[in-house]
Amino acid sequence: MPVGNDNMRKLYHFHGGIHPPSNKTQSTRATIARAPLPAKLVIPLHQHAGETAKPVARVGERVLKGQLIGMPDGIVSSAVHASTSGTITAIDMQLIAHPSGLPNLCATLIPDGEEEWVPRKAIDYRDHSPAGLQHLLRMAGVVGLGGAAFPSDLKLSLDRHKITTLVLNGAECEPYITCDDMLMRERAAEIVQGAEMLRFMLDAEEVLIGIEDNKPEAIASMRAAVAAGGHRRMEVIAVPTVYPGGGAKQLIRVLTGIEVAAGVRSTDKGVQCFNVATAYTVHRAFAHGEPLLSRIVTITGNVLHPRNYEVLIGTPIAELVALGGALPDTDSYIMGGPMMGFPLPSVQVPLVKATNCIIASSKKIFPPPPPVMPCIRCTRCADVCPADLQPQDLFWFAQSREFGRAQAFNLFDCIECGACSYVCPSHIPLVQYYRFAKSEIHAREHDKQLADKARVRHDYREQRIEREKQEKADKLAAREKAAQAARLAGAQPLTAQQQAEQAELETSRAHIRELAQSAVEHADEGTTK
Amino acid sequence: MFFSPLISKSDSVSAIMLKVLLALLPGIVLYVWYFGPAILVSITLASLTALGTEALMLKLRDRPIMPFLKDNSALLTAWLLALSIPPLAPWWMVVVGTAFAIAIAKHLYGGLGNNMFNPAMVGYAVLIISFPAQMTHWIAPHGMVISELTFPQQLDFIFHDVLPNSDTLDALTMATPLDTLKTHLHLDQPMRQILDMPIYGRFAGHGSEMVALGFLLGGLYLLASRIISWHIPAAFLGTLFVLAGIFHLVDPAHYAGPLFHWFAGASMLGAFFILTDPVSSPTTNNGRLIYAAGAGLLTYLIRVFGGFPDGVAFATLLMNICVPLIVLYTQPKVFGKKGSQP
Repeated sequence: MPVGNDNMRKLYHFHGGIHPPSNKTQSTRATIARAPLPAKLVIPLHQHAGETAKPVARVGERVLKGQLIGMPDGIVSSAVHASTSGTITAIDMQLIAHPSGLPNLCATLIPDGEEEWVPRKAIDYRDHSPAGLQHLLRMAGVVGLGGAAFPSDLKLSLDRHKITTLVLNGAECEPYITCDDMLMRERAAEIVQGAEMLRFMLDAEEVLIGIEDNKPEAIASMRAAVAAGGHRRMEVIAVPTVYPGGGAKQLIRVLTGIEVAAGVRSTDKGVQCFNVATAYTVHRAFAHGEPLLSRIVTITGNVLHPRNYEVLIGTPIAELVALGGALPDTDSYIMGGPMMGFPLPSVQVPLVKATNCIIASSKKIFPPPPPVMPCIRCTRCADVCPADLQPQDLFWFAQSREFGRAQAFNLFDCIECGACSYVCPSHIPLVQYYRFAKSEIHAREHDKQLADKARVRHDYREQRIEREKQEKADKLAAREKAAQAARLAGAQPLTAQQQAEQAELETSRAHIRELAQSAVEHADEGTTK
Repeated sequence: MFFSPLISKSDSVSAIMLKVLLALLPGIVLYVWYFGPAILVSITLASLTALGTEALMLKLRDRPIMPFLKDNSALLTAWLLALSIPPLAPWWMVVVGTAFAIAIAKHLYGGLGNNMFNPAMVGYAVLIISFPAQMTHWIAPHGMVISELTFPQQLDFIFHDVLPNSDTLDALTMATPLDTLKTHLHLDQPMRQILDMPIYGRFAGHGSEMVALGFLLGGLYLLASRIISWHIPAAFLGTLFVLAGIFHLVDPAHYAGPLFHWFAGASMLGAFFILTDPVSSPTTNNGRLIYAAGAGLLTYLIRVFGGFPDGVAFATLLMNICVPLIVLYTQPKVFGKKGSQP
């Protein structure tokens, strides 16, 4: 039941987009449930964009719920906490939920069932400076929960940018995923208060909350919360349901008309965007003193009981799958949605801050794609590309390894939404080609940087050797000049004998200098070869 | 291993080509209605040749045969070529033209998706240059000539070059309206008198105008089902309309009007089925406008001032050459890099 455009505001349009079957109703029939405490938690120290957090808990140590176990390390990093009280039994490399399937540093926590908290300190954000609040968020491990897991504090440090509009992203455009929908239905007041806190930190004028019009309950609930809280200049806006309308840049475009180009920050244009679940987490951090320990996750797809659960970070995905009741023909599990998600390397990997949805996959739900045919340049891909790219050309360049041309045709403006692959009648895995081309270009740039550095070092060394040689020669010349001056100062006329001796000495000195010079030159030849 | 996206629209090259074939049916039905079933013979002949050549070339190129035979693209080439040449053309011409289109114009360039030129039009060009006499064996529509061949007699002529004793070829075939116009204008006959001849039917040619209407109908179906975009048909027909309109207004005695040019010759087939071939036409919308406008201009120039009866085929091939350049200079601005923003 679409809400229709009952907004007061003029909405803008972005190019392309698709309308895949939403498959969202399955998981919105029941309310959010709390997942039971698992027997073991595996908490990765790298759950966010940037550097891995430094482990600060010892193996064997008893930790409390909310205790810091990973210290942010470097500017782009975030804190990691114990999701419950218990004992740290290992800090080692384990398989995590990452497309690469590579292991990463994790802390294993055996819960004691006490759920004993560290002391929590609620604050009134209005008593603090934005910089102080940013630090609190960093130490509370708050990262973007829309998928990228970028540390939120960094999105709030603005250096001199004036923010007019805070966009809250409740679009949730990917099929199957409903965690934000359910959060907005059930916890709208907290989200809205979190938005108020974000507005305070950004010193933004207006807050625009964008929700796709296929979520009428969430829209109603959020509107009620905004009205009840008496929030001024905060508006809940129903946006058209079109994938990828929940991409930050697409939503900003729809709500404000501003297009943020690739490589440009939205803050340069006076807009900042946060996910609704992130706003909720900000509220928990300030109003309750709770770091980010759990999140809402959708378990859906080939399961008996699709539903949303509030799950502790570090819970093995297998526990969630068991709650959903995966059907016997399930052959793999997808983290994220069917458009941009990836198959998990194992169902034992832990749930992380970026895990919004787990889809049990079977051949029936996601049939293997038909055989790939050649591109016939029908340009359906270009028709749906939200970045206005020419995917058929990029595919051609990537396929023929013409990476320079791919870059010239704006490869890096591709947001990898997959709309092109979705409509391709030749079933070409286009996004894979773009990822391949991007990684090749990155690898080449990396190699080039290394080569450039080596060249600079070499040039510097050459200069240094030349300079030292020059200094030595200068010193020698100065010393001889001084000696000559001293001799002249003696003012005694030299005998013929002495003059002859002097001349002989000069010749042999010149000879030695010559020898030394040729030796140096010889050495030069050696280095340049 | 599988990759996202895990879902896709249930569509395929084969289904797209099939829809284009279906869209040709109204025109073909009207063709049979007005000119008899001989066209079905050439379509069948061309189809069999196309599939055979396609299979042979795939085998020679060491490519999987069945998936490509099922993509319907060879059939489409065959149908378009068969519809472009006279139904009474000898059988070997259909075979030579189709085989050339598939083997040379398609597969030597790399097969499906890689041909720079429209294969059907390459086949047509080869035939009209090599066998100009046979390319005039256009059947006269029913009721236009005194004696008409029966279907078995037509087959006899197509396959054995044998006519019934009493008949000559000239008595059975007829120049196309475009051709007739050209000849009579050369004889300094006034336009009004020429267009009053029975061959011109209601507005562009007895029978042929109805076939063109059939192709227009199929073309509208392609537009409605979003298999083609409006840019190419609109720019092509628009250019033809404007040029014919200007010349007709200035000198109506020597230049036929826009409606005639729309429904005579291969205008409708070209606008919706030939120029819109995705492989050999531009991929940008502005590029499509330029390409089709160029094709419209060339078609008009060849028809009115050139030596060939119709210009659609050569206009298509000449514009095919320009496609890479047109695409390069009509790249759309990407997201965030457009000029105007609020």
